[in-house]
Amino acid sequence: MEPMAMSEAIVLAGSAIGAGLAMIAGIGPGIGEGYAVGKACEAIARQPEASGAVTRTMFVGCAVAESTGIYGLIIALLLIFLKPFT
Amino acid sequence: MAIPKVLRGPEKLEVSGPKVIKTFHLFGMKINFTETVILEWIVMAVILLTAFLLTRNLKVRGTSKRQAIAEMAVEAITGLVRDTMGRRWLWFTPYIATVFCFSIFGSLISLFGVRSVTSDFSVLLTWAAITFVLITATKIRCGGVKGYLKGFGDPIPVMLPINVLSEISTPTAMALRHFGNIAGGSIIMGLIYYGLANLSHMIRLQVPLLTVGIPAALSLYFDLFSDFMQAFIFIMLTMVFISNAGPSEDAA
Repeated sequence: MEPMAMSEAIVLAGSAIGAGLAMIAGIGPGIGEGYAVGKACEAIARQPEASGAVTRTMFVGCAVAESTGIYGLIIALLLIFLKPFT
Repeated sequence: MAIPKVLRGPEKLEVSGPKVIKTFHLFGMKINFTETVILEWIVMAVILLTAFLLTRNLKVRGTSKRQAIAEMAVEAITGLVRDTMGRRWLWFTPYIATVFCFSIFGSLISLFGVRSVTSDFSVLLTWAAITFVLITATKIRCGGVKGYLKGFGDPIPVMLPINVLSEISTPTAMALRHFGNIAGGSIIMGLIYYGLANLSHMIRLQVPLLTVGIPAALSLYFDLFSDFMQAFIFIMLTMVFISNAGPSEDAA
């Protein structure tokens, strides 16, 4: 690899650290989805005949809860692969 | 013995947008003709051909296997729309089914080694914009223009900026969710292939044998499961938002 200018190196390092920090956003959806799935399991245990509706609602709820994590992922991917600041 | 380049596996990890094939200049705007457009036409042709082949020679008695498959698909999607949106919105079924098919075929086209259509953000933004138009049209149809505008000042007029923001964020979030899942999944799969190829070069294998089989388990999740899931979630959210835009079942 050819040596790069100091300024460029600092920007790259900052982008990499920023990408790592952006992925902290993954914590929220993890906790939230785990909670939702746990509750869905309880609901299915209580009323097994409603499992279809419960599962469907749970998946949609999980997808909505996941969006913040996805935003973090998109920011991280942008920073790593597109390098918008270099 | 020299190993052909095709068998040597990925040497460089490349992540980029869809390839631009031709650029048009129209009214001072730059319009890119990308590979996504071509793949979309292929997907459309496949869907049309499948629909055509499945629905030829429909009979009431002595149904063929083909017809049974077609009926099963139509009944499944109709039942889903009826359960989620209610009987009044049953006429939305063709649109919902179209988006579902397009999303699934567009994502699964990546199994043939090309970019999936849904990892291009403009495609998802277009679908989300259609949903936004449908939501707004439903609101205006059910409450009139006055009622629609009044909805922004609900429950108190101070909430106006927040209501406008939530109106805009609905389609944006839908598009970003679908795009993030598919594009993120394909990038992760690319990383896995690249990493396994490097690993097998490291243990002095001429051909990256480690990339055989191992990624299949992950591909099952990132390519098959998440494609179906995202298509399902996209149509579910479309249905929920549209049916919420109108009055509730008992009010009508």
